[in-house]
Amino acid sequence: MNAVHVSDLRKEFVRRDGPGLRLRGRRVPALRDVSFDMERGECVAILGQNGSGKSTLVRLLATLLLHDGGSAEVFGHDVVREARAVRRLVNRVSVEASFFKRMSSAENLAYAARFYGLTARDTKNLIPEILGRVGFPAERRGEPMQNLSRGMQQKVALARALLTSPVLLLLDEPTTGLDPRSKLEVQKFIRQVRTQHDATILLCTHDMDEAAGLADRVGILDEGRLVCLETVEVILATYEAETLEQAFFAATGRPFDDEQEEKEDA
Amino acid sequence: MSALQGAFRRELIGLGGVVERNAYLVKRYVWWEIAWFAWSVANTLTIVFIAKGIEAAGGRLDVNRQTVILLIGAVIWAYLSAVFEILTETVAWERWEGTIEYTFMAPLARPTHLFGMGIFAVLYGLFRTLLLFGLVALFFDLSFPGANFTGAFLILLVASISFIGIGMMTAVLPLISPEKGTQLGFIAQGTLLVVSGVYYSVDILPGWMQALSTVSPATYALEGIRAAILDGASVASLWGDLWPLIVIGAASIPLGLYVFHRGEVYAKRHGKLKRSG
Repeated sequence: MNAVHVSDLRKEFVRRDGPGLRLRGRRVPALRDVSFDMERGECVAILGQNGSGKSTLVRLLATLLLHDGGSAEVFGHDVVREARAVRRLVNRVSVEASFFKRMSSAENLAYAARFYGLTARDTKNLIPEILGRVGFPAERRGEPMQNLSRGMQQKVALARALLTSPVLLLLDEPTTGLDPRSKLEVQKFIRQVRTQHDATILLCTHDMDEAAGLADRVGILDEGRLVCLETVEVILATYEAETLEQAFFAATGRPFDDEQEEKEDA
Repeated sequence: MSALQGAFRRELIGLGGVVERNAYLVKRYVWWEIAWFAWSVANTLTIVFIAKGIEAAGGRLDVNRQTVILLIGAVIWAYLSAVFEILTETVAWERWEGTIEYTFMAPLARPTHLFGMGIFAVLYGLFRTLLLFGLVALFFDLSFPGANFTGAFLILLVASISFIGIGMMTAVLPLISPEKGTQLGFIAQGTLLVVSGVYYSVDILPGWMQALSTVSPATYALEGIRAAILDGASVASLWGDLWPLIVIGAASIPLGLYVFHRGEVYAKRHGKLKRSG
């Protein structure tokens, strides 16, 4: 059984524009017939610009969106019909750390853990242990999240995701906006998770080095289409490129830094 | 432990987690809590002093009775507002904090999530209301001869069920419309305030407003509590206010869950289940 099986997945959003109350809706495709599989324990990176559909893919797999066509399964469970079963298997780290800002890291983790059936007794030792593993200083566990740096907050986000022992970890630009040192620490931790946990990882990023360094296979998502999904070596050979950036240009006809506008309706 | 027992246990732990999280937030916003409470005390006092003010201006009325009527109205409205607002903020607060996606992708049944919010709201509201009632009563030389406080408390608890159900329905508004949802929740709350006879009898309202008051659980809650405290009405004689509350409660909870479910499906279809701010 595949860890992830995505077949002809399609999602559109309605964008409303127009002056005042006279809003007109037009359908904007975010994912166009995306298909791919992931093996258990595999790390797949999806490269794409802003608005390419990366976050939409992650949110569909996390059961936060309903698709308009095709299907997606996580360990054989359909993300729409068996959403509760999927939720037990999946966790996510997104570009925004997303916490209750006045609550401490320990309180935020405790809250998240309860939703996955972990009692106060379960988390009493688990939370300090897991925060220690991500390199979070013990003396800052009681501090409100708003006092922590972005890098620190992202470490707590990783701890939150691991606390629930997910078998599918969805990483949606987890290092975007971090300083170089925090970025390296987070990447190191992702490698650790791969070696020490039985986790399958889907990593969405615009960082080509990160994708090449962490993933077994790299996919290029462009305007909602999955252009390719192969090992870095195969991609470079296919597009006769020396770097992933050149391969992206060859595959899409645009340089990677030519940003697309955000497609999701706000 | 069977699979069913295991699932039930997980839901209970999750429900406790919702209550726990809200308790953390009260602790972390303690100065705001104190400020809001001080405002509630001041607001309640200004309303309750109206009875003495009318007497001082030459009006003829039973000051003790009218003061208690106003005190009950203000305090019970403060309670119902607290329950209503906490439920209404189920989505709005999480959207503002940015945690909404993490909460909605967790394997917790939505009814458990909403009941957790409801249980916290009732506990928080009761604590705050008793404190408010006790503090404001100190400013007046009030007497409650023969008051049936047990009956009043029973009415309050039964009314809470209806307010949890209505709160679930309004909680869905920020889910459907991140921009306008919270505002619509305030309009719904304001409508209940006007038609429920919080500071006056619903008999003085225009006919169409009286019709609306018959479907507001606050109408029966206020009538019942006033009858219990002012006239010492027994539980049996409070039945006239209890049964409509039971009926509204029995209808509003499943309706609230259904409306929230439909709102969640809509939000997932249209990509509205995400942070803002």
